[in-house]
Amino acid sequence: MQLIPCPWCGPREEAEFHYGGQAHVAYPQDPSALSDEEWAQYVFFRENPSGPFAERWSHSAGCRRWFNAVRDTRTHDLLAVYRTDEPMPEVIS
Amino acid sequence: MTVSPLSAWTDRLAALPVNASERPFLSQLTVRASDPAAIAAMGAALGVVFPSVPCTFTTGTGSFGEVQVLWLGPDEFLVVAAPDLQIPIEEALRGALGSARGSVVDTSAQRTTVVLEGPHVRDVLAHGCSVDLHPSAAPTGTCVQTLLARTGIILLVTGADRVTLLVRSSFAEYLAAWLSDACVEYRTQ
Repeated sequence: MQLIPCPWCGPREEAEFHYGGQAHVAYPQDPSALSDEEWAQYVFFRENPSGPFAERWSHSAGCRRWFNAVRDTRTHDLLAVYRTDEPMPEVIS
Repeated sequence: MTVSPLSAWTDRLAALPVNASERPFLSQLTVRASDPAAIAAMGAALGVVFPSVPCTFTTGTGSFGEVQVLWLGPDEFLVVAAPDLQIPIEEALRGALGSARGSVVDTSAQRTTVVLEGPHVRDVLAHGCSVDLHPSAAPTGTCVQTLLARTGIILLVTGADRVTLLVRSSFAEYLAAWLSDACVEYRTQ
């Protein structure tokens, strides 16, 4: 089974983690000012790259902390993990 | 009468090659705090230094006897002490926390504790736990939260051949049954 390196606990089995979708999706500054179409864009529309993709993961069976990871969607390799308040690191895929 | 989660398993656990025994009703308090001064003050109130390294636990002795503090997250700890001390410990910790941001919650009923001892402890646990428990990777003082046979546990390495498991009360009987099964190949007779 794939190991995912938790920034706090180190490498753990994938079964201990919970997937949280695309990272760095900013909450709208003024949600009530959005049109239905803009709200739908925020809620439902996500990137779907072939290659490195910044995602949120939660170590739900361990320290229960959220963190971000860059995963290559072609190979399922985790290229980098970083904390939620840090910017996405440069990765070489 | 209060019945512990594994009271029906006492004899069967004791007969296992890992000499399993329940330590029921330990006082357990979940502490959330990130202010270093408040964490130091809470440690001083219990006579133990709170762990600063992830996946470790510390032990100390103070006015509440021997107390263990487990690292559960970067701002989360579990204080474990002898039974029936949760109310005075909660008051002591709340006093030490003062006006700093944080919380102290009595979670004693959430988990029960099983102690495993013997040369086969790490082998038996390896049947259902993916974390490397070799002494070089998990020395005494290690505290990991992980899955053992799909059950969420906190695992403390308390000695060379001694491990303490904290498991949710409702999962305790399942874990005892799984332990009995995993021990089969290590029986001596």
